[in-house]
Amino acid sequence: MSLWFWLLVSVVLAYATKLVGYLVPAKVLDSPRMSHIAGTLTIGLLASLTVVNVAASGTNVVLDARVGALVAAAVVLWLKAPFLVVVIAGAAAAALLRLLGWP
Amino acid sequence: MRLFDSPAAKIGASIAIATGLYGVSFGALSVASGLSFWQTVVLSLLLFSGGSQFAFIGVVAGGGSGVAAMSASALLGIRNGIYGMQINSLLRPAGWRRFAAAHVTIDESTATATGQTDPEEQKRGFWVAGVGIFVLWNIMTAVGAYIGGALGDPKQWGLDGAAVAAFLALLWPRIKAFQPAAIAIVCALATLLAIPFVPAGVPILVAAVTAGLIGWFRPAPDPGHDSDGMEPDIDPYALHSGHRGNASHTGHTGNASHADDAGDGEKS
Repeated sequence: MSLWFWLLVSVVLAYATKLVGYLVPAKVLDSPRMSHIAGTLTIGLLASLTVVNVAASGTNVVLDARVGALVAAAVVLWLKAPFLVVVIAGAAAAALLRLLGWP
Repeated sequence: MRLFDSPAAKIGASIAIATGLYGVSFGALSVASGLSFWQTVVLSLLLFSGGSQFAFIGVVAGGGSGVAAMSASALLGIRNGIYGMQINSLLRPAGWRRFAAAHVTIDESTATATGQTDPEEQKRGFWVAGVGIFVLWNIMTAVGAYIGGALGDPKQWGLDGAAVAAFLALLWPRIKAFQPAAIAIVCALATLLAIPFVPAGVPILVAAVTAGLIGWFRPAPDPGHDSDGMEPDIDPYALHSGHRGNASHTGHTGNASHADDAGDGEKS
């Protein structure tokens, strides 16, 4: 139930953020600094989410089959594969490494 | 009839198909991370912003709290506010359209609109991409959530590896220059260092603070890099080369669009 609550808060905040752009006068938001911050946040958060999903297990840093998924994803991204192919490559690498005995 | 002759509508439609399809991976990963089918469906219907949705489930998958998931999702959605301002100044939607436009204001619809010069084309591109992605993304989310629920043990299928790949794929188009790459590395290191010392989910917020500080102090007059990080996951104009108008678009797709991007900051 608690997860539902925070999920719905996220929903409200997401829509409110989008709507602010339409309701607030452009000059309030239209500064290079706002774009800088929004862009930098986007990069930083995605990098952080990648790391957490690769290496975090609770509060431990672990190296397991997910590292293989990261490498596989990087290789196919380098080859300009589309999003779904990248995701499937990541899953296949992790599943395969587990079959071979890596945790 | 006119929609069929519109280059922007064609681009909007192809980006809708490309983006909508990967809703299937969101659906499957969301269920694997512990959300229910309906929580997954509600995220796509009502939150409707791929990055923020993946952020929410990414934190939950790592054992993070609901507050941490909400914070990561909200912070990752801030760029949508900037997009809203850009679309508002281009399209000037009135009445109920403004509220509908806000809901479908995401990376891809914004990039489709801002890549056009003719106001009518901007309008068609925005709505076709926005509504098209909304419909397909939601259908594919439900399909993915159903599949994910039927798969059983997510680890056996490497779904945790799929989540890693998804985040890297979202990050990838945004690190085409030195500065964004450096930001990504600094934030990745901050996350790694924080993991052993704070509760699950919080390392992402540590990275957010780090990124916020970097963003605040980054030199302001930096033509061509004003919009680093504001690229769509899939560049609509990479799918359909040749249809791009002269207008700048939020993406930074390499040297060809360099001169265009320099104007982003001044657009009003």
